[in-house]
Amino acid sequence: MSLPYILLALLILAVAGFFVGRGKALSSANGDPRILHSLPGYYGWNVVVLTLVPSLLVLIVWLIVQPAVINNHVSSMISEETAAASSLDLVMSDVARVADGLDLAVSQGAMDAEMANSIRTELTDVRGRLGQVGVALGSNVTAETLRAAQSYRGWNATGLLFRTIGVLAVAVLGFVLGVIRTNPDFRARNSVETVVRYILIAAASIAILTTVGIVLSLIFNTVEFFRLYPATDFFFGLTWSPSFGGGSELGIVPLIWATMYISLIALAVAVPIGLFAAVYLSEYATPHVRAIAKPLLEILAGIPTIVYGLFALLTVGPLLMNVFGGGGVLGVGWMQGASSVFTAGVVMGIMLIPFVSSLSDDIINAVPQAMRDGSLGLGATHSETVKQVILPAALPGIVGAILLAASRAIGETMIVVLGAGAAARLSVNPLEAMTTVTAKIVSQLTGDADFASPEALVAFALGMTLFVVTLMLNIVALYIVRKYREQYD
Amino acid sequence: MTDTTLTPPSDTSNAPTPHKIKSILEPDALTRKRNAAEARFKIYGIVAIAIGLFFLVALLWAILANGLGAFQQTFLKVDIPLNQEQIEAAEKSVVKTSKYRAIIDGAFAKELTDANITTDMSARDLQKLFSSGAAATVREYALANPDRIGSTVTFELVASSRVDGYLKGRVKREDLVEDKNLDAAHLDLSDQLEDAGILEKRFNWAFITGTDASDSRPEQAGIGASMIGSFFMMLVVLFLSLPIGVAASIYLEEFAPQNRVTDLIEVNISNLAAVPSIVFGILGLAVFIQFMHLPQSAPLVGGLVLTLMTLPTIIISTRASLKAVPPSIRDAALGIGASKMQSIFHHVLPLAMPGILTGTIIGLAQALGETAPLLLIGMVGFIASNYPDGVAAGFFSPNSAMPAQIYEWAKRADPAFYERAWGGIIVLLIFLMTMNIIAIILRRRFERRW
Repeated sequence: MSLPYILLALLILAVAGFFVGRGKALSSANGDPRILHSLPGYYGWNVVVLTLVPSLLVLIVWLIVQPAVINNHVSSMISEETAAASSLDLVMSDVARVADGLDLAVSQGAMDAEMANSIRTELTDVRGRLGQVGVALGSNVTAETLRAAQSYRGWNATGLLFRTIGVLAVAVLGFVLGVIRTNPDFRARNSVETVVRYILIAAASIAILTTVGIVLSLIFNTVEFFRLYPATDFFFGLTWSPSFGGGSELGIVPLIWATMYISLIALAVAVPIGLFAAVYLSEYATPHVRAIAKPLLEILAGIPTIVYGLFALLTVGPLLMNVFGGGGVLGVGWMQGASSVFTAGVVMGIMLIPFVSSLSDDIINAVPQAMRDGSLGLGATHSETVKQVILPAALPGIVGAILLAASRAIGETMIVVLGAGAAARLSVNPLEAMTTVTAKIVSQLTGDADFASPEALVAFALGMTLFVVTLMLNIVALYIVRKYREQYD
Repeated sequence: MTDTTLTPPSDTSNAPTPHKIKSILEPDALTRKRNAAEARFKIYGIVAIAIGLFFLVALLWAILANGLGAFQQTFLKVDIPLNQEQIEAAEKSVVKTSKYRAIIDGAFAKELTDANITTDMSARDLQKLFSSGAAATVREYALANPDRIGSTVTFELVASSRVDGYLKGRVKREDLVEDKNLDAAHLDLSDQLEDAGILEKRFNWAFITGTDASDSRPEQAGIGASMIGSFFMMLVVLFLSLPIGVAASIYLEEFAPQNRVTDLIEVNISNLAAVPSIVFGILGLAVFIQFMHLPQSAPLVGGLVLTLMTLPTIIISTRASLKAVPPSIRDAALGIGASKMQSIFHHVLPLAMPGILTGTIIGLAQALGETAPLLLIGMVGFIASNYPDGVAAGFFSPNSAMPAQIYEWAKRADPAFYERAWGGIIVLLIFLMTMNIIAIILRRRFERRW
């Protein structure tokens, strides 16, 4: 049975289990639910849980283990020479493709099952036969691959059979156990609730699993990269020039420089505007103005980054080009192309305005009213109160907000991919195109590169650097913000 | 602060004159300075907000001004006699479309003479007015409607992107000097054709429902297929992140003991919310594609990655709405004998539902616009030229997604594709706006204040 059918069978069994369990509980109490420990439905749910949970666990484990086992077995059939000629992975994917092709041919009736198991490359043109049913194979099928594929099919069929039997047996066992345990004294609610509780815990641990997944996938590939490329050259190298033919120089310094430069420009735009907007909205604006201006500013935060990227590439870039470029309004010719550090920085700054303003707004609002009243009562003007009482009091929180904004800026991808350019460069001219860590992660992983080459693996090292830097910024920022909130609570 | 009345009068320059008492109603220099500073400070705030709003308007203006054109397309109306022999001959030849192109040429030449337009251009040059996909359109029609063969059918064929750009004002005569594909004579002809009613610009449904086209046919590219891709992705996100998010929030808000594990989970969630989205893309690439061998470019993988990204948002908003349900509800349920689990699932959760749904919709809207992780799992560099056939294929076969499609068009460095990219943004923003409005309505109508 294939996967959907197994799931369907389990579902039917579970639904049946609910009614059987519930019915048995009621009949064992002679139809009087007051005698039962739990509500009748819980007895039904108990059977459902016992039917589904163990069998699904078995199914999941099986789904993970079976391919590994079969791959291991079949790859032992491939001779060393074949594996050395290309790579074992490639051969195995060929094997899988031929096996799928045979399956398809059988299901379409182009071959019968016996023929699929017995054809030999010596006697039949397998590639041609498979081509007829619509399976295109890149190269001719060797005898070895075909035999491996046939064995692969055999193992898969056996595995499938045992999987069906195993999973259904566990499900039926659970079903029977659940029904047997049903009697008026059985604490069905407690056992169901325990299971639900574990499900809740499992859901909550997905957050941890995600972090672990991120860290592991970064670490493994980064270690692999450092095995191929010296770490000191990566962290201290001043040139970035990957070439897939080999002999690349993969120094991170120019990328870090551009990332910092762009983030700095972005913050230089976002922090003053965001901060002044927040001060005005929380201290001066009438409720009416606030009710209109605040949501309007926050629209900027809801716009996807791809839109900002396009805005940088097609609107802001050409505009700056008209001003600073050769033949522009100023006639200075400082800018060579539309994409530059400045373009990306300004647009990213626009994106961060609502981020800074709404975080600062919250923080300014958290400053106790008594401090304002005290200051105003001593005769300070409103702006003096803001500058000398409120902002110093809110400073730690605002620093936290700026750090969060900085972490956003460093991790932002689409704006720099589209707006900052593609050439890595160490330069102080903000009107020149440079490229950042995130942009290079995208370009190194979206090519047709071999995943095992240092040029592709470097993306994971870049990702690791990015992850560590943003993580530290976030932890510090969250710590400051939290600490500050407690101060006035 | 210094009290104003204590400051010595500033006009004591001449010693002999006796001390002059000034009215307190007349502000002295320092007060004037301080008041000016106050006014300036207020103006800074107003300017900051004005700049923010100006950027918003500039952004929206750029989107609308550049993108609305994508919803219009220029068509050439041509009566083409579908001749049995011609079609059979074309089907037999190796390059089928070139024969169909010849059929179009013939019909178009007749169309020109009917409209009294004379031109000294060759058929080959005239062909440049049409999209290179025009012949395929005619062929598909002829094969799909064999009963119409033998009669004359009025086709509305897509004009080439440059003619289209000329009618929309994107392509100017002076731009054509270095253009190999079109010259000024074509534009004169276009003007005449437009006057004759053969060339016309109208609303382009194909942009909304169509599929992506190759680099050379921007006039035929549409966002429909990637919309389907996004739809399947959002289904995955919805059906995974809502239950998992709600379950996690219930545990953290209602059951979790105060210990280190709980702290660890909480710190993890707040950090995940701030991890750059590209890192989630790396995770998806390494775990789902390299390790689990799920198909590349499939909406399923995109959905899984976006689920992990959206979960923190949903958990944070769900916890807030669970917290907003007053403890008296829980106490009342516990008081009449419900178990803790029952009090939560029967009473707290239904009451928190509007807030949870609002948070989920906002989370989905965020996921819908996210691009960076999709780049890494291979949803670009791939031409979504077909609709998925069937639901399973919708999840598993390669497709694009709206933001990825927009990025793909933006990369093609052709003004006609830029127009499509802006148009795609309009479609994307309409979806986001609708989702946010639904969230706001939900919040307004159902959220209870206790």
